[in-house]
Amino acid sequence: MSAAGMHAGGALAGLTPGFSDPVGAAQAVFRLCLERLSRPGTLAEVRSDAALPAGLHVASGALLLALLDQDTRLWLSPAAAGAAAYLRFHTGCVPVDDPAEADFALAASVRELPQLERFAQGSEDYPDRSTTLIVQVESLATDAGWTLRGPGIADSVRLSAAGLGAAFALDWAANRRRFPCGVDVFLASDSRLAGLPRTTRLEDSACT
Amino acid sequence: MNPTDLPAAVERDANFNFGYLDERTKRMIRRAILKAVAIPGYQVPFGSREMPLPYGWGTGGIQVTASVIGPQDVLKVIDQGADDTVNAVSIRRFFQRTTGVAVTERTVEATLIQTRHRIPETPLAEGQVIVYQVPVPEPLQRLEPRETETRRMHGLAEYGLMHVKLYEDIARYGHVATTYDYPVMVDGRYLMAPSPIPKFDNPKLHMNPALQLFGAGREKRIYAVPPWTSVESLAFEDHPFEVQRWSQPCALCGSTQSFLDEVIVDDRGGRMFVCSDTDWCRQRRPADA
Amino acid sequence: MYVAVKGGERAILNSYALLGEVRRGDPALPELSLEQIREQLRLAVDRVMCEGSVYDPELAALAIKQAAGDLVEAIFLLRAYRATLPRLGYTLPLDTAHMRLWRRVSATFKDLPGGQLLGSTYDYTQRLLDFSLAAAGEAPVAAQAAPAAAEAVPRVVDLLGDEGLIEAHVPAAGDPEPRDLTREPLTFPAERAVRLQNLARGDEGFLLAMGYSTQRGYSHSHPFAGEIRHGLAEVEIEPEELGFAISIGDLELTECQMVNQFAGSKTQPPQFTRGYGLAFGASERKAMAMSLVDRALRAGELGEAAESPAQMQEFVLSHSDSLEASGFVQHLKLPHYVDFQAELELVRRMRAGLQAAGEEEERAA
Repeated sequence: MSAAGMHAGGALAGLTPGFSDPVGAAQAVFRLCLERLSRPGTLAEVRSDAALPAGLHVASGALLLALLDQDTRLWLSPAAAGAAAYLRFHTGCVPVDDPAEADFALAASVRELPQLERFAQGSEDYPDRSTTLIVQVESLATDAGWTLRGPGIADSVRLSAAGLGAAFALDWAANRRRFPCGVDVFLASDSRLAGLPRTTRLEDSACT
Repeated sequence: MNPTDLPAAVERDANFNFGYLDERTKRMIRRAILKAVAIPGYQVPFGSREMPLPYGWGTGGIQVTASVIGPQDVLKVIDQGADDTVNAVSIRRFFQRTTGVAVTERTVEATLIQTRHRIPETPLAEGQVIVYQVPVPEPLQRLEPRETETRRMHGLAEYGLMHVKLYEDIARYGHVATTYDYPVMVDGRYLMAPSPIPKFDNPKLHMNPALQLFGAGREKRIYAVPPWTSVESLAFEDHPFEVQRWSQPCALCGSTQSFLDEVIVDDRGGRMFVCSDTDWCRQRRPADA
Repeated sequence: MYVAVKGGERAILNSYALLGEVRRGDPALPELSLEQIREQLRLAVDRVMCEGSVYDPELAALAIKQAAGDLVEAIFLLRAYRATLPRLGYTLPLDTAHMRLWRRVSATFKDLPGGQLLGSTYDYTQRLLDFSLAAAGEAPVAAQAAPAAAEAVPRVVDLLGDEGLIEAHVPAAGDPEPRDLTREPLTFPAERAVRLQNLARGDEGFLLAMGYSTQRGYSHSHPFAGEIRHGLAEVEIEPEELGFAISIGDLELTECQMVNQFAGSKTQPPQFTRGYGLAFGASERKAMAMSLVDRALRAGELGEAAESPAQMQEFVLSHSDSLEASGFVQHLKLPHYVDFQAELELVRRMRAGLQAAGEEEERAA
């Protein structure tokens, strides 16, 4: 954090605190992310004692605090732009304006979610060089919505994300077709977190 | 030896970071692991660090474990299927010293298993994570040593070279002559080296409920097989994939379904066969054995 | 009996104790101090600092002592220590034209501005064992003079450059920050800054052999040692809050600029090209070998066919690191009985198959 602090200087006094136990919290939050991405369609409850700025849900804020550092470029949608100083101070991440340059990106709401192809897609040779995108939604549930299939899912599971409808399903199908390139998505709603790796297929887009 | 014979407790040494690695390195590795899970079987390059163990001795597995492990984990470390081989002991001590986590020899008790060369015989469960130590992550390396070339092949899913190699084996010997590190296709897309496990273990990779992570420190690659993912061993229609079989059961527990180590007992050709998975073998023996 | 084969905890602890004993040798003899190692085995210290990529003679001496003089092991110890150190900042580029020189030789010009400076070297010693060193308490010899004050001594390549006879080294557009090999994995093709980092940390023996191979026809090289200089270079940092550079100390360095022929192309007149070597301390063999290999690795960029091992990036850069090479070669002593069992089963089955086929044939005959 010292390098980040050095750049931030005194102008950022008044920023709210991050994790009280950065080492332990980063590990615990990462592990939840890993579990969710390994088992698409399952939900985690993220606990975090960070005092997040307006615009960040608990789950998305914790994920960014846990995974970003000086080597990561972050794109924030307009409604989350106010969180940039906070995230930069606590992680050292580098804010970028162009989603195609982002290692991580946060859409504060479904309304602010760009087309997925606007993010970094990686290349055939290096498909890992693609954006990890967090989309904040109003609610997440596993008893309704899409049917999910693919790696990490024994047979099928269901997932609904409020506000993500047919348009997203189409966009996701296009993302799926770009495999091995493409973005990976985390869905966050308050403290709830779900993972959608690029391998997951969404079927029966009956979600509201 | 009974299960309570675990090595004397090793104290957590607070002079080291939790898991030895610094936080920035852990974050870099964690991000690589997430991408590995999202692209099953694809080798993610990562900034592997020099570890206080030599390259080739499990530094990749150790870096992956160190980035995943938390205070609540219960760790099992095996080498050749056994918890008490020297390198397994050494790696387990390293994590006891740098994390203070609980350790176990029981496969069912472990939340995190680091392994070299075996997958436990006891089926793994949802929620468990198994970390493989990988010496050579590139399945094509012995056929094409240039990384720029093999990367192209993976990009285009152009695996003719490997099929030709296996087919040449069949033409020459009547069967595929690869017995360990037998190449697999993950989710129908990426050719992957399962690490030098015997091909006996390959079927366990397929649709495994546990998360499987692979770390190659010297070659600086991380890859993964998510739970419930298709992993097929390469084969031909007229030459289906087969695993090793033994003509006798384990001399200690009588198991007929496990991979057996051959132990030479004298210099007159005497030998016995015993389970390579020491936990499996112990669980199957009567309590007084 | 079976379990005993697998060694275990007690064996490892015993091995630690034995190692300590063997390292110490005869306890009747005084123990080596770090100061003695640093002062009297300084070339070993230099090599360990260079390949261990930490400039710290104290730590290098400690590593040499702990490794009982096994330099590859000492390099490993230093690297493992280095891997956990935080980054506090970055220095400005070193200015080797302003080095305070102890030694400076050029094989290309008899005399030149700044002159030739022989300094301390084994070059013209007759390699006869000096039995006077075998007796304790050898007479002190004249101490090495402090290097001359920082006065620019122009580099030979710069003199050639003034005439346009040697390729210019212009930073790439925007002067991008070099990638850091210790934080990012090596990817191919690797740009020159990354290659030089790799070579600087590379095993001296490996580089020496690769460099030597370029002199024996395995690549088209016609090298001249344009200049070798050894001395102290000032290290400067520019803290953001200050806005100007401050000196934080000196590094002892050896720099080698190898000058090579280049026939020219349709667009470029014939001129000389460079190979570059830089090493911590007095490490002349290393710097020279490095400069030969650096030049050979530029084959692609200069339109030369890359046909020899020393010209092949993947071959050189993937095999230069002593930690990687030593670790993987020596991992063969780890247990492999599962894989061996798998092979044993196959060989037995194949032999049985052959034998059965042979008997079949005999019966048929």
